[in-house]
Amino acid sequence: MNLVVAGLATGAIYALVAIGFTLLWQTSQTINFAQGEFAMVPAFLMLAAMNVGLPFWLAILVGIAMSMVLLGAVFKVALVDPMLRHGVLPLAIATMALSIFLKEGVKEFYSAEAQAFPSMLPAGNVDVFGATVSLQSVGAFVVAVLAVVGLQFFITRTSLGRQMQATAQNPAVARILGIPVERMIMLTFVINAGLVALASALVSPIYLAKFSSGETLGLAAFIAAIVGGFNQIRGAIAGGLLLGIVDNLSAAFVSTQYRGAVPLFLLIAVILFRPQGLFGRAEERTV
Amino acid sequence: MKSPRRFPLGLLALAVVIAFLVIMPMSLNRYGLYILSLWAVMTIAALGLNLTLGYAGQVSLAQGAFVGIGAYTAALLTTSGWPLIAALALAIVLCFAVGWLLGYPALRVQHHYLAFVTLAFSTLAYLVFRNEQWLTGGIYGIVGIPRPVVLGWATTRPLPFYYFCLGLLAIVSFALWWLVRSPWGRAFVALRENPMRALSLGVDTRRYTLMAFAIGSAIGGIAGVAYAPLVEFVDPTPFTLTLSLNLLMMVIVGGSGFFFGPFLGALIAVLLPEWLQSIPQYVKLFTGLQDLPNGFKRINELYLIVYAVFVMGLLVWSPTGLLGIADRWLAERRTRAASALRAATAPTLGKDAAR
Repeated sequence: MNLVVAGLATGAIYALVAIGFTLLWQTSQTINFAQGEFAMVPAFLMLAAMNVGLPFWLAILVGIAMSMVLLGAVFKVALVDPMLRHGVLPLAIATMALSIFLKEGVKEFYSAEAQAFPSMLPAGNVDVFGATVSLQSVGAFVVAVLAVVGLQFFITRTSLGRQMQATAQNPAVARILGIPVERMIMLTFVINAGLVALASALVSPIYLAKFSSGETLGLAAFIAAIVGGFNQIRGAIAGGLLLGIVDNLSAAFVSTQYRGAVPLFLLIAVILFRPQGLFGRAEERTV
Repeated sequence: MKSPRRFPLGLLALAVVIAFLVIMPMSLNRYGLYILSLWAVMTIAALGLNLTLGYAGQVSLAQGAFVGIGAYTAALLTTSGWPLIAALALAIVLCFAVGWLLGYPALRVQHHYLAFVTLAFSTLAYLVFRNEQWLTGGIYGIVGIPRPVVLGWATTRPLPFYYFCLGLLAIVSFALWWLVRSPWGRAFVALRENPMRALSLGVDTRRYTLMAFAIGSAIGGIAGVAYAPLVEFVDPTPFTLTLSLNLLMMVIVGGSGFFFGPFLGALIAVLLPEWLQSIPQYVKLFTGLQDLPNGFKRINELYLIVYAVFVMGLLVWSPTGLLGIADRWLAERRTRAASALRAATAPTLGKDAAR
C-alpha cells in the first residue's frame, strides 16, 4: 500500500511530463526526444534564480516563466517551425541533438554534480489511507493533480482551450473555422514548457537536480505516453500514474539491477498487444 | 538522372579517396591510426543504419546495442580461443535474428513504433551487458581481446589492423552497393518514397521493411565484431543509448539515403573532437595571442555541445544532410545548364519558324 501511494506521487509527475509530450504530438506531430531534458533544465533555471538572490517562491515563478519562453516559444520558433514542413523524422532527430545540447550545456556551465533543491514543503511523513508517505510526495501529488485538473478545465471549458483542442484534432478544419491555428500550436508549446517546469520543481527536491536526470524522466514520460495512448491526454495521465506505481513496486520486488527493465517490458507488452495504448483509440492506419 | 559521361569522373574521385585511405595512414602515429580505424568501424555501423533509415525509412534507436552485441560476441569467442571469423558469422546471425524478432511486433503497427521498441531494447541490452556478470564480466568488462590473424598475417600492430578495418569496410560497402541496386534495394527505396504505391505494386511492405531493419542490424553487429579487437577491451559504457543516437546523427548529418552519407557523417563525428582540439593552436598562430580565454582552451571538452549545435543548424538548413546540400547544388546547376541550352537553341528555332 505504501508503495502504491508513493507510486502515485511519482506517477503524477511522470503524467505532467507525458501530457506535454502528447500535446506536442497532437498539435504539431512533434516527437520531442528532449522532453526529459526539458524537465531537467527548469530546475537549474530556478537554482540560478535563487543564486542571484531571489526568494524561493519568486525563483520558482521566474524559472517557470523563463522555461515557457526558452523551452516553449524559442524552441518552437527556432527549431520546430523551420523543420515542420520536412516531416516528422528530421525534427525528431533535431530534438535528440537538442537533448544532448541541453544536457551537456548544464553539465558544462552549471555543474556536473547533483544539486540539492529546496522543497516547497517541510520534511516529514503523513498517513494516507493507512500508508506512511513523505509530505513531499503528497505535496507533489496534490500540485500535479491540481495542474492536470486545471489543464483539463482549460481545455474543455474555456473558448481558448476548445480552440486548442480543435487544432489538435483537425488543423485543417480548425483553420476553416477561423481558429488561429499557428497561435494555438504556439500555445501548446508554451503550456508544455510550463508543465515540464512544474514537474521539474516537484521532482528535483526528491531526486536532486542533475544534468542527467532528464534521461530517466524523459524515458518515463515516453513510456507513460505510449502505454496510456499516444493521442489522448487522459491516456497520458493514466499511463503516468500506472508507470509510477509499477516503478515503485518493481523497486521493491525486482532486483535493483533490473529495476529499470520492468517499465520497458511494460512498454513492449503494450506495443505487442494493445498498440493504440491502454486508453487510446486506434488511429486509422494511413498506409 | 546521372548522365553517363559523368560516371568516370566519380569513379576517378573514388579511386583517389581509396588510394588516400591506403597510403596516407602509413605516416600516421598510433593514435592517428586508432582514430582512422574507429572511423572505419563507425562507418560500417552507420552504413547498416542508413539501410534501415535512409533506404527503408525506419528509425532504429538500437544500432548501438547491435554494435554492443557484436562486440561482446567477438570478445567472448576470441578470448576463449575461437577465430574472429567465427565470431563474425555468429554476430551476423545473432543480430539478424534479434532484429527480426524486435521489428516484427513494431512494424505490425506503425512507423514510429519501431523507434520506441528499439529505444526500449537499447536500454535493456545495456542492462544485460552490465548485470549478467557471469557472461559479460559486468562493469569490469572483458580484457585482452586478441587481434585477428588474417590469411596468415597478424594484425597486432596498429597499421595492419587499420587495413583490416578498411578491408572490412570495403567488403561491407561493396555488399551494400550491390544490395541497394538489386531488386531488394529498389523495393526498400519504394517503401520509403511511397509505401502505399509500393504495396499496390505487389511489394510485401512489412516483410521488406523488416528485412531492411534486420540486415541493418546485422551490419551493426559486424561493426561490433571489429570494434572489440580495436579497443581490446569491452565494457558496457560505450553501448548506451548515446551510441545509438550518435550513429543516427552520423547518418543524418552525412545525408540519409545517400550511399556515401554515412562515410561523411562518421568522419565528422569521429574527427570533430580532434579538430576542436587543434583550434586553440590555430587561433594562437593567427592572432599571436599567448594567453587565450579559458573557453578556447577547453573547446575540445565542449565538443558535444558544438556537435549538437552543428547538427541542429544543419538540419534546419538542410534536413537531407550534407550530401543533400551537394545534391541540390548539382541539380540546380544541371537545370541551369539545361535551360541555358534551351535558351541557346530556342531563338534559332524561332528564326527558322519565322522564315
